[in-house]
Amino acid sequence: MANAAEGAAKGGFRAWLNKRLPVDEFMQSQLVGYYAPKNFNIWYFFGSLALLVFVIQIVTGIFLTMNYKPGELTAFDSVEYIMREVEWGWLIRYMHSTGASMFFIVVYLHMFRALMYGSYKAPRELLWLIGMCTYLALMAEAFFGYVLPWGNMSFWGAQVIVNLFGTIPGIGPGLVEWIRGDYGIADSTLNRFFALHVIALPLALALLIVLHLVALRQTGSNNPDGIEIKAKLGANGKPLDGIPFHPYYTLKDIVGVGVFLIGFAIVVFFVPTFGGLFLEAPNFTPANALSTPDHIAPVWYFTPFYAILRAVPDQRLGALLMGLSVVAFLFLPWLDRSPVKSTRYRGWIWKLALAVFTVSFLALMYLGLMPAEGRYVTLARIFTVGYFAFFVLMPFYTRIDPVKAVPERVSYHA
Amino acid sequence: MRKFAIIVAALALAAPAAFASEGGGSAAWQQWHAGNALGDRASLQRGARNFMNYCAGCHSLKYVRYQRIGEDLGISEAVMKANLVPPGAKITDYVVSAMPADFANASFGIVPPDLSLITRSKGSDYVYRFLKTFYLDPKAATGTNNLALPGTAMPHVLSDLQGLQRAVFGTGGHFEKFEEAVAGQKSAAEYDSFVRDTVNFLEYAGEPAKLSRATIGVWVVLYLLLFTAVAWLLKQEYWKDVH
Repeated sequence: MANAAEGAAKGGFRAWLNKRLPVDEFMQSQLVGYYAPKNFNIWYFFGSLALLVFVIQIVTGIFLTMNYKPGELTAFDSVEYIMREVEWGWLIRYMHSTGASMFFIVVYLHMFRALMYGSYKAPRELLWLIGMCTYLALMAEAFFGYVLPWGNMSFWGAQVIVNLFGTIPGIGPGLVEWIRGDYGIADSTLNRFFALHVIALPLALALLIVLHLVALRQTGSNNPDGIEIKAKLGANGKPLDGIPFHPYYTLKDIVGVGVFLIGFAIVVFFVPTFGGLFLEAPNFTPANALSTPDHIAPVWYFTPFYAILRAVPDQRLGALLMGLSVVAFLFLPWLDRSPVKSTRYRGWIWKLALAVFTVSFLALMYLGLMPAEGRYVTLARIFTVGYFAFFVLMPFYTRIDPVKAVPERVSYHA
Repeated sequence: MRKFAIIVAALALAAPAAFASEGGGSAAWQQWHAGNALGDRASLQRGARNFMNYCAGCHSLKYVRYQRIGEDLGISEAVMKANLVPPGAKITDYVVSAMPADFANASFGIVPPDLSLITRSKGSDYVYRFLKTFYLDPKAATGTNNLALPGTAMPHVLSDLQGLQRAVFGTGGHFEKFEEAVAGQKSAAEYDSFVRDTVNFLEYAGEPAKLSRATIGVWVVLYLLLFTAVAWLLKQEYWKDVH
């Protein structure tokens, strides 16, 4: 009797709720009714992991904001206050700083997956463009966040990056002053970067991530075979090679989350500075306009582009190439003329091109961390050529690439 | 796909060869390691004592409170007050040096830096090398110079303990070795462990959470391993249906 009454109350509430808010309908259409290819491999974990890191950054960020005090006289001290006096403040701060690097690791792997399997090709051009916009917003978010602890590397890094806008002909110098709100990187700069970091860009990121997911639901996921699973439907009108996102991929992604968090926890608890890559030693000295660090380098996730900037003798041209090296990804859907999406069924020319690009990117990442001297500069020039060759020559080599026949159904071994 | 993997591997193997390091002249002192251990509580306590006796006159630890040092290093409040908290300071105060900035500027031409984060910005090994490489230099205003920080304004305040040493430079001004000029109260080994304890304390002061974070981390990782194992079993169970 009591049980029945409870059940009715539950059902009653659920019915009441669904009449007013389409909770069940949403779950059904977006998770259970959304069919994803069954042949996802390890590369398909990084999208959900990027979402997880976004949530970690928002949550830890909220708690950091409670004790962080923007301002050139208070910022550095307040970070040390968080590290020492706030209960579990060190954990929150390390999660946030590690999260920043982890965000880029998973996003780079997510983007590399798209390169390997042609996920940017029709009909997913907009999905790719929205993702690239998310990446651009993430870069801005990371840069502004990096300035906030107001360490000496924050200060000089901001100096270098903001001055890049000064290379724009005509409006450059005025633009730089407008960005800084002062004649140098100063209190006003720090405060506006704080506003952008905690409000403007997180909002933009949240919106872009939602758009990215909406576009994904519209086209459906690509897969390692680069086959459109919607082309082969079963009697129930669902793709033969598809499985419901929930429970199959929700459960699989949770395993990915577990493995990721193990790595994340190892960094946070055992090597939070990651040998000076995630938190740099000079940033434990407060910002000082009179003392330049021996060697200014951005955090590792920006160094491929920084290496390109320094590889060019002319600063204006260098800044232009650096901008292009990021923007180039936006044109991929139209540069790639191959009839085949996945690297599995492409020919040796594409594989060579992708390999050259991958090695160039990683080498530039390393070179950007090194001083811009002698052999390092020569190597950076060689790899800059390799980097751009991948994009510029793509319309040609993808047309003559000897592709293989693409099977009709995805390959999957249970 | 396999071909692609081979190409990547080949290029990845070739790349580091191109970066082969240039190396650099290395004197032995640049290879010295502090070899301190944060787990050694007695060493941390001795380091706190050393710091308060020899460093705190000029250098502050402005982010660290006396009380916190006592709690973290297991020194009772009574002992802290009797031995480590200077007269006039409360146990809840931050460790701020008694030396007025004007006086410091007039005497040394510089305000001695706060040492809260010295091991984080320069490393424990750097502090260890700095405290061990003072040498006699008649041209220096303080009478001594330093290999780790040439031209330092800091006098060798530990000379009573270490004694004084001469640096022997070879051709081209290359450092070769130290020679004892005046013996100190401590033997070389004793001075070594004195410096190691002090560096140990400074490493703690740079990040008090370091005393506990690895211990907590072990439990967190163990929990996550268990979580992942259960999640994997659950996933396997559901994925049985997928053919």
